Amino acid sequence: MATTEVERRRGQLAALSIAAVVIIVGVPLWWRTTETYRAWLPVNQINELANLQLQLSADVEVVFARGTVTPEQQKKVPTQVVISLCLFCSSPLEADLSLHTLSESPCGSLVVYVIPESSTLLPEDVDVYIGQRRTALLRIEQLLAHLEPRIKQVLQVMSFSHTDITAALSDRVRLSPGNKESIADSMRAFKSSPGYEITFSLLNPDPKSHRVHWDIEGAVQTYIQPLLTKLAPLANFSIDSQTLYYAMLGVNPRYDSSRSAYTLNSDSLAHVINPVEARLGSNAASSNPVLNFLLYVPDAHHSPLHIHDHKKQEVLSNAFHSPRWGGIMVYNVNGFYGPEAVFPVDININMAKVMGVFLAQLRLLLGVQSSAPPPGFLVAPCSSTGLADWELDRLMWSRTVENVATATTTITSLAQLLDQIGNIVINDNIAQQVSSAVTSLQLAVAELEAGNLGFALQYSKEAILASERAFFDPSLLHLLYFPDDQKFAIYIPLFLPMCVPILLSLLKIVSEARQKRRERQAKKD
Amino acid sequence: CATGINMQAAHWLAPRMTRQCGNDFQEELVIRPLHSGDIYASFQFRTVWETDFMRGNKVSHYRLFPKSLGQVISKFSVRELHISFTQGYWRTMQWGQPFQPSPPGAELWVWFQDSVTDVDGTWKELTNVLSGIFCASLNFIDSTNTVQPSASFKPLGIGNETDHRFLRYATLPREIVCTENLTPWKKLLPCGSKAGLAVLLKSEKLFHSSFHSQAVHIRPVCQDWQCKTTSWELRQTLNVVFDLHNSAQGKREWSLFKMFSRTLTEACPLASSSKIYIDITDNPQGEQFEVSPATPLLSQAVVLGDRRTFSVYDLTQQITFGTVRSLNLLIRWKSSEGDMLRPLLHAERYVAGYGLQTGEIHTLMYNNHPYRSFPVLLLDSVPWYLRLYIHTLTVTSKGKDNKPSYIHYQPSKDRLRPHLLEMLVQLPPNSVTEVTVQFERALLKWTEYTPDPNHGFYVGSSVISSLVPSIVAMDTNSTRERPLFSSFFPCKEESSYFVRVYTEPLLVNLPTPDFSMPYNVICLTCTVVAVGYGSLYNLLTRSFQIEEPSPGLAKRIANIIRKMRGVPPL
Repeated sequence: MATTEVERRRGQLAALSIAAVVIIVGVPLWWRTTETYRAWLPVNQINELANLQLQLSADVEVVFARGTVTPEQQKKVPTQVVISLCLFCSSPLEADLSLHTLSESPCGSLVVYVIPESSTLLPEDVDVYIGQRRTALLRIEQLLAHLEPRIKQVLQVMSFSHTDITAALSDRVRLSPGNKESIADSMRAFKSSPGYEITFSLLNPDPKSHRVHWDIEGAVQTYIQPLLTKLAPLANFSIDSQTLYYAMLGVNPRYDSSRSAYTLNSDSLAHVINPVEARLGSNAASSNPVLNFLLYVPDAHHSPLHIHDHKKQEVLSNAFHSPRWGGIMVYNVNGFYGPEAVFPVDININMAKVMGVFLAQLRLLLGVQSSAPPPGFLVAPCSSTGLADWELDRLMWSRTVENVATATTTITSLAQLLDQIGNIVINDNIAQQVSSAVTSLQLAVAELEAGNLGFALQYSKEAILASERAFFDPSLLHLLYFPDDQKFAIYIPLFLPMCVPILLSLLKIVSEARQKRRERQAKKD
Repeated sequence: CATGINMQAAHWLAPRMTRQCGNDFQEELVIRPLHSGDIYASFQFRTVWETDFMRGNKVSHYRLFPKSLGQVISKFSVRELHISFTQGYWRTMQWGQPFQPSPPGAELWVWFQDSVTDVDGTWKELTNVLSGIFCASLNFIDSTNTVQPSASFKPLGIGNETDHRFLRYATLPREIVCTENLTPWKKLLPCGSKAGLAVLLKSEKLFHSSFHSQAVHIRPVCQDWQCKTTSWELRQTLNVVFDLHNSAQGKREWSLFKMFSRTLTEACPLASSSKIYIDITDNPQGEQFEVSPATPLLSQAVVLGDRRTFSVYDLTQQITFGTVRSLNLLIRWKSSEGDMLRPLLHAERYVAGYGLQTGEIHTLMYNNHPYRSFPVLLLDSVPWYLRLYIHTLTVTSKGKDNKPSYIHYQPSKDRLRPHLLEMLVQLPPNSVTEVTVQFERALLKWTEYTPDPNHGFYVGSSVISSLVPSIVAMDTNSTRERPLFSSFFPCKEESSYFVRVYTEPLLVNLPTPDFSMPYNVICLTCTVVAVGYGSLYNLLTRSFQIEEPSPGLAKRIANIIRKMRGVPPL
């Protein structure tokens, strides 16, 4: 009896020790050898980014001309008063230029010159003059009462307003819907990208009748290049052009006998682009977004061709644009036919006319807003570059905010994805990209707060690049399709026969122990 | 056209009709009736773009030249690019030499400019971009099928740089060519498929043929004999052989409509020349076949070492189309006799041996010239999984050992690069030279097999390049106006001409495992382990005791009966 009891005891101990070895050695070993490599990610900082408060600040320097402030007022005005030289200039434009030479303001900042009420520099009904640089002239009657709201207005025109920022964030963050027009405005412009490809295409559907020549090299140099040089801090631009023959529009224009011309309705314009786009060819050499500008010379049988708007009126420019895609202009050439037309007719395109339209479309598509200024404001005429310094600043403000928003969403969604799918391998280089994106984002936000627009834009671009590189890294895909059920199909032939005896004997030991305790309890009673 | 306004103004005044701003486009179709009754049609489209590319100017304004290719050559600093897609094998002995040779499948060779520092990286990117442009699987080109030939592929355009570090050559013998490759190819033409000769390119007919090959060649060329101005030349060629029995139902009668299901009505308005040539050399008196409508225009050209006569149809002339305003060329055979001139150089290749361990590659090169011997360059690129035993390399002609005067051999590295073997061999007159080399088949990792491993693995064609002695004096003036088909390979000597011959690709079986094996092995091992473990576990944990022997059967029955009777059991 005693020997069997000893024997039973030994069996139980053996079962327990095997179970212990399996649990202490086997399970960790299996866990370690089949685990996927996941580098450390700054999860806390990413979570902080998810509810990020953006704070923009712009430096405004207010300069009072001599005679605008009385000494007692001077004490009340919080800003340091600089008494500037008197302006002997006859026009605001000259004043603007001379003031610009006086102080070079860094990008993102503003200088507001307050001139005496009696000054004749500005016309009667104009109180605020906005220059081509980062300067504004201000004429105020009751200085202290009106100064702050006026400067706020100036700031909204020249730097950023609530609607700009909302528009920049509209793609990323769901905000309360504004009015329809502002949404349309925000959807028209291309999204922020480190580079853009601009392609001018001349469509000649009828090379038998028209031999079309355009001096695109010269036109690009004269009209487009100055604007792009100015926009260089924002993004890299590359320009090319091509001529496409036998490229047809997708719709048949209708003949309007009253005007003896062919017309394209605004409803049918939506169908024009698709068939043409197949011919345009994608950009083989880069993955930046492409801005297409098409100049369409209608064939001799469908000429002249006019675009009609919703009110059945001819569109003066004979052009239209498609949001985030580009612009199309129809260029009628029947003026070249002459009395005895011998086909093919040589046609020399007036590039000034064409480029005027394309330049306006380019400004729209790049998001240079030309909203109407509030009453009493006078905006300086466009300079030769086609873009004032403050317009560039405005663009940089909204682009920086957009970049920050984009990079934040990319990084947070990547972190979320990695958190949800445990099978994905996270390599060290991805972790590094993620941390550098987070660092750049934090720097960009800090610079925005400090009002250093140039640095903020730079950091936000770096953040976008790093976050996209991390998000689209091919190594993230490697173990994604390794589902659990297949793993178990492989493990079960080994694990089932091994674990069942262990479990059974453990159960048996437990039940015996319980029975023994019950017997002891009964004995005690 | 870099100088802009002034230059263009000058061109508007210039009398040249279609040459605009240094751009020129020509199109051409050569039809050669073959003795087998088949017909060979060869299209060539040539776009020339005068530009100053060598000085590193960023060129970005395209007129006739396609933008997608222009961007590729400027982004990747390509100096020369040759790409071909071929379906079917060119039968040299039946059909003679083609105007542009190409191996079955896809072939790509590129010379980069010497400003490129990371050639391999650029090559990888370039193949990916080209694969997108041509809808082909060129992205499968990697280091395991790319070689740098030292002598076989010299630049065809201008340029002195012949350092083969800047050359990359790769073939994909498995590539299937079909409509999706033809459509992007047609898009590169200035007139698309809307006008000119390209209206004939209908895929349902072109791919219903025994041989189809389309190619794109980009190279820098000289505009004049002093080479003061340089330009990019883009040649798009398409060669097709229509089968007598398949396409013509056995009738020896061919027309444009029968071949392409289209007739011609106009030239491409942008083309400075648009011509159809019909090879009538073997038919001077019209005794072999008859061509209608007849044309008074005849042209002679020296092509592939032979002076050939062609009937010419100029599509830019309205008179060519006649009163019906449409041109439907008709070729009707009168007799089925006649013999073709045997091609002077010809090659074939096969794999010999049995079993799945070793084998032998045989390459046969035929010199059919009666009394001249000439040297040929043989290039072989063999994948790493056929391990060549280079010490077994033998070259024999007429039963004697023929020692190559130049051998360049680069051994393979497993999973990294293929074997490259280049040899310069002198072929004696009227002889067959046989090159043999033995190989061992490697066992691949199970993920390295293709989805259909039992089909076999392709080995690309050998390339044989040679200067073959010509019968007539070759035309060496490269700037004179010549038909396009005779001006592709530059010719430096009058007495010989350049020929490139591709052999058949090889299909080799590799030892192939049973792919359900891993799971079977896992299950079997697990079962064995589980059984062993189970018995061990039982031994360790069970307690053993002697059991009372059970009572016999008679006793048990007796007990049951006793129980029924109510008597205590035994």
